[in-house]
Amino acid sequence: MRRGLYIGCLMGALAALLWAPGLAIADPAVFRNATIFPISGPAIENGTLVVDDGKIVAIGPTATTSAPPGASVTDLSGKVLTPGMVDTHSHIGGPSGGDASAPLNPEVRSLDAIDVFSDGFWRARAGGITTLNVMPGSGHLMSGQTTYLKIRKDPRRIEDWLFCDDPINGICGSMKMANGTNSIRQKPFPGTRARSAALVRDLFVKGQAYIEKQAKAAADDKDPPDRNLRMEAVAQILRGERRVQFHTHRHNDIMTVLRIAEEFGFQPVLQHATDAWKVADEIAAAGIHASVTYIDSPGGKEEVLGLNMKIGAILETAGVDVSFNTDDNILDSRRFLRYGALNVRNGMSQAKALEALTLAGARALGLESRVGSLEPGKDADFVVLSGAPFSVYTKVKQTWVEGDASSIAAILSIGNTRSVASRFTMAM
Amino acid sequence: MNTVLPKTLFSIGLFLLAADLTANDLAVRGEMIYTMAGKPIADGVVLIRHGKITRVGAAARIRIPKGVRVLEAKVVTPGLIDVHSTVGLSGIYGGREGQVRDQDQLETSEPLQPDLRPIEAYNVHEPLIEWVRNYGVTTMHTGHGPGAIISGRTLIVKTRGDNAEEAVVEPDTAVAITLGNAVAQNFESPGTRAKGVAMLRTAFLEAQTYANKRKDKEKAPDRDLKKEALVRVLDGDLKAMVTAHTVTDITAALRLQSEFGFDLWLAGASEAYLLTDELRKAKVPVLLHAPMMRAAGERKNATIESANLLAEAGVRFALQTGYEGYVPKTRVLLFEAAIAAAHGLGLEGALRAITVSPAEILGIDDRVGALKRGMDGDVALFNGDPFEYTTQICAVVIEGEVFRDTCR
Repeated sequence: MRRGLYIGCLMGALAALLWAPGLAIADPAVFRNATIFPISGPAIENGTLVVDDGKIVAIGPTATTSAPPGASVTDLSGKVLTPGMVDTHSHIGGPSGGDASAPLNPEVRSLDAIDVFSDGFWRARAGGITTLNVMPGSGHLMSGQTTYLKIRKDPRRIEDWLFCDDPINGICGSMKMANGTNSIRQKPFPGTRARSAALVRDLFVKGQAYIEKQAKAAADDKDPPDRNLRMEAVAQILRGERRVQFHTHRHNDIMTVLRIAEEFGFQPVLQHATDAWKVADEIAAAGIHASVTYIDSPGGKEEVLGLNMKIGAILETAGVDVSFNTDDNILDSRRFLRYGALNVRNGMSQAKALEALTLAGARALGLESRVGSLEPGKDADFVVLSGAPFSVYTKVKQTWVEGDASSIAAILSIGNTRSVASRFTMAM
Repeated sequence: MNTVLPKTLFSIGLFLLAADLTANDLAVRGEMIYTMAGKPIADGVVLIRHGKITRVGAAARIRIPKGVRVLEAKVVTPGLIDVHSTVGLSGIYGGREGQVRDQDQLETSEPLQPDLRPIEAYNVHEPLIEWVRNYGVTTMHTGHGPGAIISGRTLIVKTRGDNAEEAVVEPDTAVAITLGNAVAQNFESPGTRAKGVAMLRTAFLEAQTYANKRKDKEKAPDRDLKKEALVRVLDGDLKAMVTAHTVTDITAALRLQSEFGFDLWLAGASEAYLLTDELRKAKVPVLLHAPMMRAAGERKNATIESANLLAEAGVRFALQTGYEGYVPKTRVLLFEAAIAAAHGLGLEGALRAITVSPAEILGIDDRVGALKRGMDGDVALFNGDPFEYTTQICAVVIEGEVFRDTCR
């Protein structure tokens, strides 16, 4: 009875927090006296951030950054401000990609399958993540289109969270691809690495032909060829409009990604990139971004035995643009900062490690004009930390998305919010 | 002639003494030594001779013998103890078929196999052993894992040795039991949690009957290895380590203990924080899940704050790394304890949960878990707060042998 009451209270308290109408602020809003890491510039020891209408309007030393008239003022003495974090690789919301019928699924959109009420999104906010690239899995050479999300308050449907304006015809994410052993399966899937590469090259060759036909029809002033959903998406990649997030682990698989990207002129991001430290100079020379999933111990399959805890430091030294990701639920979004911190432990600079959780992730998604750093004109997505970003004892206190915040202590501590979230949903 | 022999013996003695100085003799000096046997010592020294600790105290009061290697660090702790792992039976590949089969922690031919000894399966050269040792684990309770009603038995090892016999601290420790519906994934039957409990009760009753019949030498039944193992559990010679996560399954474990009177260790125990009164009254120690364990399925109500909730309620517990079906192939005890430290348990509380508490629960606190005279020379050295993300571990010592001396 008493315990029942305890659970009830726990759930109640959590529900109350979820219910809380955010820390709604009157515009404009000023956050003063925090240690600010803008990422785009050096840290500001006693800084002020000014927000209006969901955008950052000013940032600078408190002494020289004045509050606009009528602004609400929040004192953040002793606290630390960072940009809302960017996770380039997440599976929260259960996005499904292609099925077992084909290894290449360019026409499949993850945005048709994401559950915005998934408790995973609450965990992400509890970890300070505000922008996510939600992807289908790695069991296909091309498992489908990924979706860029901003975890705004009170979602009703995926449209409330998209970066793109037009989910029907727009480009709302990257393309997920994979090589190595995950996508090697029974027919019709490839059985070897070389076959995997051949199937992918064949698709891109067909995409090139599709583009040529379109161009020729336009030049001849004729009707364009029949629409083909698969080829439309491939053409977006070849025209540089849609990025490729390429799951790859072993050094030779990484080189395969570089080779195919060069052949067809598209822009890949290396996802996981376990062996990237072995071919760091090649990756740097190709100007390709690596987004690392930083696991606590090696193994699980042959192609990830090369795990090196110094990967962040090695890639930084080689001049590779590096971000970190959660691959949630491989890693827990609530501890996103931890992966930056462990890379600092292993020799990466603090500045680059923080950038890898924020602005570098935004660059990996092509969203750096909107998110990833605290600069005037960018979205007002930021995180209030209780202390130094890379201390285990530091807690994420608040996560602000475009001017709305949730207090998240309860979500941090309760492993599961599903039962609470579903009650919440039913109550709505 | 009369004078030569004693001289020769004296010389040989000196030679042996010199040899001894290089073998497993060591001095560890720390700016802060958490002995776990009293208050931390500022600027202290731990002296190790022949692999055993001979002195612990303030540096000002301890003379370090000449020629003894000295390791220095900001923070010194006992070697860490993982109260429940499967490393050594479970391996780095995660391979269950084909040429690489390194998942020996679970045999799925039958749901009850208490006759499976871990010593035959423990792979002393498993790369994950070196991995966990590099992060401070010097002793672990490992063996058969969760997933069967009884998957086999467990053992206690030091994370070293060229064969299992060299590694062993205790070759036969507990039978590994699992309650809950996760078992149903691996077997046709039990298909439900109630059926699992019924099968377990039947097995223990049969073991009781077998033990009684064996007493009568005339009519004694033939030896039965399965029943023998369960009789050892009933006799208190082996512990019953029960992995149970939900309140339902934890309560079932307590009920089984009441019925059969075995020594119960509760493992995993995601929802133990909801049953603290019962666990304290039953004096059942909890081998608590890793704080970063994925909270899903039966473990959905696990909280990062579990360790502190148990500590505050006075429930005995230690932190385990447990078994991971996917990745990471092993959790890192130091990293897991750090999360508990940061979520209420604090530095010394978290340290206790991976040193002296597991030693006491495992019944090996006369050898490991604290830095004091007579104990094994198992030490971990750090360049700061052991739990800070950015602190490095700089040396790991097992019985005076230095296993790494670069910070990572």
